[in-house]
Formats: sequence, C-alpha cells, structure tokens
Amino acid sequence: MASTPVNRLSRRDFIRGAAGSCAGIAAAGGAADEAEARENNQISPDAVGLLFDSTLCVGCKACVTACKIANDRPLDTPADKPYLDQTTHLSPAALNVIKMYSDGTNEVKDRETDGFAFSKHSCMHCVDASCVSVCPVTALQKEPKSGVVTYDKDACIGCRYCVASCAFRIPKFDYDKPFPEIHKCELCRHLWDEGKFSACADACPTGATLYGPVSELKAEIKRRKTLAPGEITQFPRRSTETGELTGKVPVATYVDHVYGETEGGGTQMLMLSGVPFEKLGLPTLPERSYAAISETIQHTIYKGLVVPVLALAGLIFAVRKNAGEELEGEGLKEHEGEGTGT
Amino acid sequence: MSGYTSAGGKLVTPLTVFLAALVLVAGGLLAVRFIYGIGAVTNINDGYTWGIWVVIDIVIGTAFACGGFAMALLVYVFNRGQYHPLVRPALLASLFGYTLGGVAVMFDLGRYWNFWHIMWPGKGQPNSVMFEVAVCIAAYIVVMWIEFAPAFLERFGKRGLRQRLNKVLFVFIALGVLLPAMHQSSLGTMMVVFGHQLHGLWQTQLLPLLFLVSAIAMGFSIVVFDATIAAEGFKRPRETTILGQMSVVLRWTLVLFLVVRFADLALHGKLNLIFVGDFLSLMFLIETALFVLPIAILFTAAGRRSARLLFVSGISMLLAGSLYRLDAYLIAFNPGDQSTYFPSLPEILVTVGIFAFEILAYIVFARSLPVLHRIEPANATPAE
Repeated sequence: MASTPVNRLSRRDFIRGAAGSCAGIAAAGGAADEAEARENNQISPDAVGLLFDSTLCVGCKACVTACKIANDRPLDTPADKPYLDQTTHLSPAALNVIKMYSDGTNEVKDRETDGFAFSKHSCMHCVDASCVSVCPVTALQKEPKSGVVTYDKDACIGCRYCVASCAFRIPKFDYDKPFPEIHKCELCRHLWDEGKFSACADACPTGATLYGPVSELKAEIKRRKTLAPGEITQFPRRSTETGELTGKVPVATYVDHVYGETEGGGTQMLMLSGVPFEKLGLPTLPERSYAAISETIQHTIYKGLVVPVLALAGLIFAVRKNAGEELEGEGLKEHEGEGTGT
Repeated sequence: MSGYTSAGGKLVTPLTVFLAALVLVAGGLLAVRFIYGIGAVTNINDGYTWGIWVVIDIVIGTAFACGGFAMALLVYVFNRGQYHPLVRPALLASLFGYTLGGVAVMFDLGRYWNFWHIMWPGKGQPNSVMFEVAVCIAAYIVVMWIEFAPAFLERFGKRGLRQRLNKVLFVFIALGVLLPAMHQSSLGTMMVVFGHQLHGLWQTQLLPLLFLVSAIAMGFSIVVFDATIAAEGFKRPRETTILGQMSVVLRWTLVLFLVVRFADLALHGKLNLIFVGDFLSLMFLIETALFVLPIAILFTAAGRRSARLLFVSGISMLLAGSLYRLDAYLIAFNPGDQSTYFPSLPEILVTVGIFAFEILAYIVFARSLPVLHRIEPANATPAE
C-alpha cells in the first residue's frame, strides 16, 4: 500500500508545466520569425541543362545507348538490333531512358486521346534539389557554376535519403553489391574537358534533346511558343552552341506549359510536350521547393544553435534545482515526499 | 545508499537461450548482407528504399527507447521526484534501445565504412535533417552511458569516482532531455521533404511536433510496459500505484497529440481525407482508435488503479505510436512508380534478432547491476 505521500501530478500542474514548455516553443517560434523562411535557391546565371521537346522525339532511343556508352554502363541490346537498347527503367545501369505514353488506338503522335508520345527520364538537375538538401554528408552537391547535381561516392554513406526524397525517382542504388553506390545523370560533366557535352543530346538526331545554357534553352522555348502549329521551321540540334539545325519540319501543337520552369523551384531540364505532362509520368509539383520547406523547419529550430543552447540552459537550471540533493548527497536517495507543491 | 538493487537470479534460462538463438540467426543473415549486398537479404527497392531496418529498428525502435527521456522530463523538469524509482530501469531500456538502434544503422547503410563522415566537420551537411538526427542520436547514446555509469560504479565499488561524476551529472541529465527532444522531433521532420509522396493525412509541417509528443507518450507507455513485465519476470511487487499516478501525465500527452493532429488537419481542410473510406483512411482511423483507447481508460479512476488496464493502455499507446510511425514512413508513403514493398523473412528475422539482443542484454544487466529500485519503498503493491 502506498504510505509514501506521493502527490499525483494534477491537471493544473501538467498544464502549468506544459505551458512552460510551450513558452519555450513559442520563443523558438519568435526566433524563427526573425530567422525567416528559407527561400527557394536561385538558379546560377551560368547554369547548363537540357531541353527535351517531346514533340520532336521519335523514340529511337539513340540517347539511351549513347548515355550508356558515355557512362560506361552495360548495353541491353538484342543480337539482331545492336543499336536498340531495350532498357525501359532507370537503374544503376541506365541513367537515361525514353518511355512511351500511349492511349487507345495510338493513331496520332503527341495527341492525348488515341495518340502517343515519348518522354525522357533522367536527372532534372533541380535548382533547389531535395537530394542535395537531404544528403547528410555533401555527397550530392550543386556544382556552383553549372548547377549540375553531382555525386561523390567517396563521401557517400549509402543512407539513400536521396533515393527516397527525389520527387522524380532518379537516384538509383546498388542493392546487390557489397560496396554499393548511387547512380544518377551528371550531364556527362566528365566529358567537358574533352570539349564534349551530354551524350544524350549529342546523339539525338531530331533535336528532341538539346544541350545548352539554361538561358539559351529558355530563349529557344520562347521562340517555339511563338510558332504556329503546322508552321515549317528548323530546330537547333545537339547543343545550342554548335549552331547545327535540323531539316525543315512542321511545328506540333504544344500544351500551354513548360515543365521545369517552376516545378519544385525549377529544374535545369526543361520540357515541352503535346500531351499533358502528367501523362508522361511527371509529377505535379508546387513552386515552393520541398527542400526549402524542410530547411525552413530545420533553420527555425537550429539556426546558430540559439534555441538548443537556450533550451539546454533552461534544462540545466531545472535539473540542478530539482535533482540537487540527489546529486550532491552520497547517492540516489528516494525522493520521499519531495516535489510537493511546485 | 543507492536506492537501486539488482534483480539477481540465473542468467541461463530457456528464455535467454531462445533469445540468444534469435540473435545468432540474425548474425548469420547479416553476414550474407555484408558479403552480397542489402538486396540479398531484404526486399527494399528504389521505390521503397527504406524498409523495416530503418522504420522499425530505428524510427520505431528509438521511440520505444524514450522511457529514459520521458522519465527524466517528468522527474527532473516537472520535478516529480516520487517517480524516481522508475528512472534507472527506464534509462537502461533506453540505453539498449538507442545503442542497438545506432548499431542497426550500420546494417542498413550501404557505405557504412564512411559513416564517420556525418560527424566530421566539413563533411557533415547541417541542412540535412538526417544530419541532425544522426549527430543527436550519437551524442545521446554517449550521454546515456554516462548517465548510467553510476550503476556500474556502484556495482564495482568506485565510490570516489561516483561522487565526482555526481557533481557534473546534472549537465548530462539535462542533455538527456534535450537531445531526444531534438532528434525525435527531427525524425518527423525527415518526412517533410517527401512532399506529395506522403499522404495528406500524415504530411504536415507539424510532423516534428507530432513525432515529439508521440515519442514522449511512447516513453511513458514503455515504462508502464517494462515495469509490469519486470514485476512478473523478476518476481517483484507490482508498481500499479505509481504507474497509475504517472498515467495522468500520459493521458494528457495523448490528448495533446490528438488535438494537434486534428486541429492541423482541420486548419488545412484535410479532415475529409479521413472519411474517404480507402485503405489509408482506415489506417488513420485505426491509429486514432489506438490513441483514444488509452485516453478512455486513463480518464477513469478504475482504469488507473487496475494493473491490467494500465498494461492494456500502455500497449495500446505503443501500438498507436508505432503504427503512426509505420504509416508516416512506409504505408502512407507512395513513390508513385508502381513499386511495392513487403519485408522478406530474412529481413524480418534480422529485426527480430536486434530486439532479441536488446531484451537479452536488459535481462543480463538487470540481473547483475543495481538497476531496479529497492523493494522496501512502499509505493508498490504486492504482486497478486
């Protein structure tokens, strides 16, 4: 039976204690207002990227093969068609794939109903990338000038937060290797020293995938948007900087949206299409980047460690006050009758 | 004199042998994992790259290990000294829960040999929520071993050292409240960056607060659970009276969780998602029911006085918090790429082995070190 005068923690006590805690949280919140929300990261003026125009893509998959060769990945080609890589999904062996949207009778290219369209899937090189924000060891970084999202296996701990957080499901992990790595497109930056650029754009015969500074890609998008459907024009091919043009072809009808302009804070891969982008398997994303939302919370609580240090000071004060006897005495006595009427 | 004693008794029993066998099985499977890769043992994939080794072993496992946190909060911050007898056993359970969680991380990390990068200035990346979680958990494990050191020092008669440690122990007790508050909330923040991939009933910027409050509730519940099991297992008097008093705090913690959660859903106009009638709305309702049951029990005097009902509410709360975490990390997470995940048998056996090791170590420590409070204090009722 209870003979020790234990006093139960009344509701009033609890609320009082909770109010104290809440005051702490509110103080933290006040500090947060001053710390301000973390805005979306801004694009580098020298950022490079890709323009993928689904209406120009004929699904030849030359880019898939070229990407594999440039990045030293095993080809998956049938014996009778050594040029046609069959890969349909991103994996450690495939950093770039072409997928097809098809509906009903598949009669007309770039039409949503009874039509078909192609889409390219590779790293979007987000301006404010989740993978960069979540990586606990800077293995994934934004190259400051080009804006390429780079991966450094020597830094990586293999936690796969990047794999889990990517809204585009891009980073891939070696599940069947004892010494695994993350695999993703880095825009073939390893070829820059040779004067080359992204192999997918380099190999694209129709100009569907075009490499260049994002500013020039955006200018080209603007030009395409001013063209009337059916109008005959030439498109830049391979890179905006090589000056090459396709043959004369009619302009398709575009949906009124440039994917990657605002999605998740913008991406350095920009896309045009004749069918809605969600049909191409691309997520609908808010303009505010998820990384900015997440980091706002972290910075609110941890900026300059002000809140944790204040909290620790308060806790030390409370513990000293409440556990003083116990710690100064010989040992841990029972706190009989203690704690009354706080 | 210390208020604590060891439980005594034999270390080799059918239970400890069985637990040791489970640990050995897990050890063998882990050897396969380290030789052939994570995929050789688990079903994780690029859609669901975090399986139960992350969600159960670490996210749920460390919440189960929040007893030390909850008791320290109650005893030292809310100044409820009468609950002191529960502090050291709770701390021991937390010590093992977290230490094992820290070890379990190594099984799941693909490039585990680089793990130290996260703690290394210039290599760690403070914007990452995982950075905060990892640094805090690592620090907390060290702090808990220091907090627990008096048990060793008493056992081995190092009185002088014990007294010197006592002079600075308050700093570590304070850290022992701050650090779990930081990383348990961050475990919630971890999911914020997943955006639309996490279902609207779980995705909110209040995830850190909800994870923190539910971790504290789970901490109190595990103390109720452990004390009941220890009373049976070590043939000691029950702690019903003191647990009943503590459950007053537990019920308000639970109410706080539900108020925050529903207010947040209402504020964002998402209450309708509860009644959609699909699988996830059902999971939400099950979670809520598991939170409501202990509240209903603990608001009755009879419920707080009954050892059985206290135990039931403790279990219900642990299930509620576990399901909430499982939903937030796995079930309500949809990468949108048609991938699916269900743990493989070897994957489950590794998790089982980790928990078996935890229980085994707890038994060994409790039987050989002064962990359980002395029986004389009369705030315990005799076992029925």
